[in-house]
Amino acid sequence: MEANATVERGLRAARRSPGAAVVWAVAAVLLLDLLAKLVGVSLGPLRTPWFSLWFGGDVPISEAAGLAWSGIVIGAVIGLASIGLSLTYSILNFANFAHGDYLTVGAFSGWAVTYVIAGVGGLLALGETALNALTGLGQSRLGDADLVALVLLRTPPLDAGANIWLSPLAIVVGLVVAVGITVAVALALDRFVYRPMRDAEGISLLIASIGVAFLLRYLVAFVFGNGRRIVTSTEKLPSLDVAAAVTDLLPFLAPARSAVIVDLHELTLVVVAAVLMVGLHVLLQFTKLGKAMRAMADNRALAQVTGIPTERVIKSTWVIGAGLTGAAGYLLVLSQGGLGFQTGWLLLLLIFAAVIMGGIGSIYGAIAGGLVIGLASRLSLIWLQGDLSSFARPTAFALMILILLFRPSGIFGGVETA
Amino acid sequence: MSEPGTRDALDPVRDLLARDAAKVTVMFLGIWALFAAFGVVLGYGNNGLLALVRRVTFLSAVYGIVVLALNIQWGYAGLFNIGVAGFMAVGAYTAAMLSSAPGGMPPGLGLPLPIGILGGMLAATVVGLVAALPALRLRADYLAIVTVALSEIIRIVYNTPAFADITGGASGFDNLPTSPVNSLLLRDPSSTISEPTALGDVVFSFFSQFGIQRFTAINTVYTVGVLVALLIVYLVLERTGKSPYGRVLKAIREDETAAQSLGKDTQNFKVRAFALGCGLMGLAGILWFAMGPRASITPVTFRPNITFYIFIALIIGGAGSNTGSVLGGALFASLLFEAPPVVRNIITDAFAVSADPANLIEALVPIASGDLVPLAGFLLNNVDTLRFMGMGVLLIVLVQRRPDGLLGARKETAAAVPLTEDTRPDHGSAADNGGGSDE
Repeated sequence: MEANATVERGLRAARRSPGAAVVWAVAAVLLLDLLAKLVGVSLGPLRTPWFSLWFGGDVPISEAAGLAWSGIVIGAVIGLASIGLSLTYSILNFANFAHGDYLTVGAFSGWAVTYVIAGVGGLLALGETALNALTGLGQSRLGDADLVALVLLRTPPLDAGANIWLSPLAIVVGLVVAVGITVAVALALDRFVYRPMRDAEGISLLIASIGVAFLLRYLVAFVFGNGRRIVTSTEKLPSLDVAAAVTDLLPFLAPARSAVIVDLHELTLVVVAAVLMVGLHVLLQFTKLGKAMRAMADNRALAQVTGIPTERVIKSTWVIGAGLTGAAGYLLVLSQGGLGFQTGWLLLLLIFAAVIMGGIGSIYGAIAGGLVIGLASRLSLIWLQGDLSSFARPTAFALMILILLFRPSGIFGGVETA
Repeated sequence: MSEPGTRDALDPVRDLLARDAAKVTVMFLGIWALFAAFGVVLGYGNNGLLALVRRVTFLSAVYGIVVLALNIQWGYAGLFNIGVAGFMAVGAYTAAMLSSAPGGMPPGLGLPLPIGILGGMLAATVVGLVAALPALRLRADYLAIVTVALSEIIRIVYNTPAFADITGGASGFDNLPTSPVNSLLLRDPSSTISEPTALGDVVFSFFSQFGIQRFTAINTVYTVGVLVALLIVYLVLERTGKSPYGRVLKAIREDETAAQSLGKDTQNFKVRAFALGCGLMGLAGILWFAMGPRASITPVTFRPNITFYIFIALIIGGAGSNTGSVLGGALFASLLFEAPPVVRNIITDAFAVSADPANLIEALVPIASGDLVPLAGFLLNNVDTLRFMGMGVLLIVLVQRRPDGLLGARKETAAAVPLTEDTRPDHGSAADNGGGSDE
């Protein structure tokens, strides 16, 4: 009886929204397939005239775990960056196509500072050198370090030695500077570009943001050059093979078939991202700012009438959004090692995907959406192997299009801001 | 319109400029004169001059076509499509796949070129329809995200190694169809030095009188062909604008709710406008990348950047005006895209700027000692980057100060008959009678 009722309910739901039913069915098949692959069961092949389909297969758990970890790492970056996009989308009511380039600005400005500090030999050495240059006291620690090459990120990574083990202080200062500069740039752009057109419709603002995107991207290229470079040094960077550690700890498990490497940079990224997200949660839950933002997202005119200082809330929105985006850019480079002037632009559509998946305006939705997009883009590699691996990004984009078409309020249901 | 009393000697000129054809002609003449002057300053011979002017004309013409296509979608139907690059890619790739030689790598089907062009346009239309049917009921900004994502999906699919046998993968579709001009003018279309046909003989001997090489002559003929295509597309769209279909589109442009309340199925009209625009984008993609001078079809070409250039061009010209689209496309392609590198060459030659600082700091430091040459050299060497920054600033300024562009703000009457004249039968007496019986 019970089971029958459940089936009945399921059938009714499927009739109501066939699209959702198909999506759930596909998801269920993929999940079963993944489980079968992990256990090592394989059925098939199911032959069709063009190709043969296998159900299940053999995928080492350690490989899936490795992909999941890298998915979490990139998902944390996307989640962090998508908070800002989601906030500006709901409060200022436009899709900010320059958001990816805010991320690039954060990455370049933060790493330029990190490079100078790490390249000169730490904050103390830098302070002493500056003192020496200004007053003649102490001595210059510059040695053979080339300041110009350092600040423009042209020194080879091993010479600069920027990594969290060798120069933790440089990384921390760099992160703070990345946040600060991105906030400053965002506020300046808001003042000169978006504020004069506060009451314009979304499309005009969107077009203006495309102009901002061009300006920022090529400004970065103008200053730093348009080559892609590696900046983090892997020298003495602690890392851990989690798979080996687990099998050592639990000797009854079979030895892992592939390594799951977690290095300190990735760990830092995930921890810092989590701390920032929790901090934001506290900020929005325990201050009036969160409530004011929700009110503005619903109806700006009404919020203003009620006495909410809308301009100040908009400023706070930019500070929070751009700050987190700058941090995301800096941390992305920390975990991936390389950056170029297109870094943020290439990530933009994935950030949009995360925002849309979580429901525009929802901060928690954006964080969850970022993780889902990150995990999906990596775990999909289990199915998309070899030449097909280039379809990971199109899969994420297609997912985003489907959500926009069939569930524009996001997969978590129309959650509002914060 | 000026009062009869204030007519002066300049009025005929003003009247002439009020005509769209005159505006476009004057603009093209201006562009040609400007670039010819550039060429003279740079000391080019006849051949170099023609090559320079031809390059600008070609780019202006293809931009004109694709901006016209976008204008149908955005200007008239209000559909914010930022996937233009994807639809151009579909057109160019499909045409190349259909019409290129079966023996090359990657192999084509070897069908005649007209079939390839029609097939490419059809494929772009179909992709547009597939995208439009579900997506057009979305909000404008959602449609923007959907279309840009679609264009990236299209690009990545053409780029993927999985289909490299068919598409050429990341290195692009190398085996391009034979240019129609080559088959028209040359006995062996695959080699520019082969024996010319009878028509080719006439053309080449005409050009050689002015010292113009065969290669430039072939490209010039092709560019003239693209100009003709631009004219045809423009006339078709102008005619469409005056048809009942176009009148509904214009009504949607002015006020969609009003058009709906008059019983028009605006959704249906928008889908058709979107499909038409996509087909024309496919045509532009074919003319631009699949044949002609320096044709090449690589996935990198179809990055979203090119979509944004086209948008800037449309915003310059003014969304909603066909003539504005042509003007905007040509002005963008010539003044914003082609002119900066040429001007850079002129300045470098004239002032013998040889300074070449490796980076911005090395360029800025000498200013302290009053030496501006390194900065000038650095700016000149990075004129490409500066050009893109300038485009960004221009886009912002246009949206803020002049969202209607050069020609977007003007009102066109949607009616096919002049509204100023009274065309109702028996108007006067009817009014008199009506007034009389009321009292």
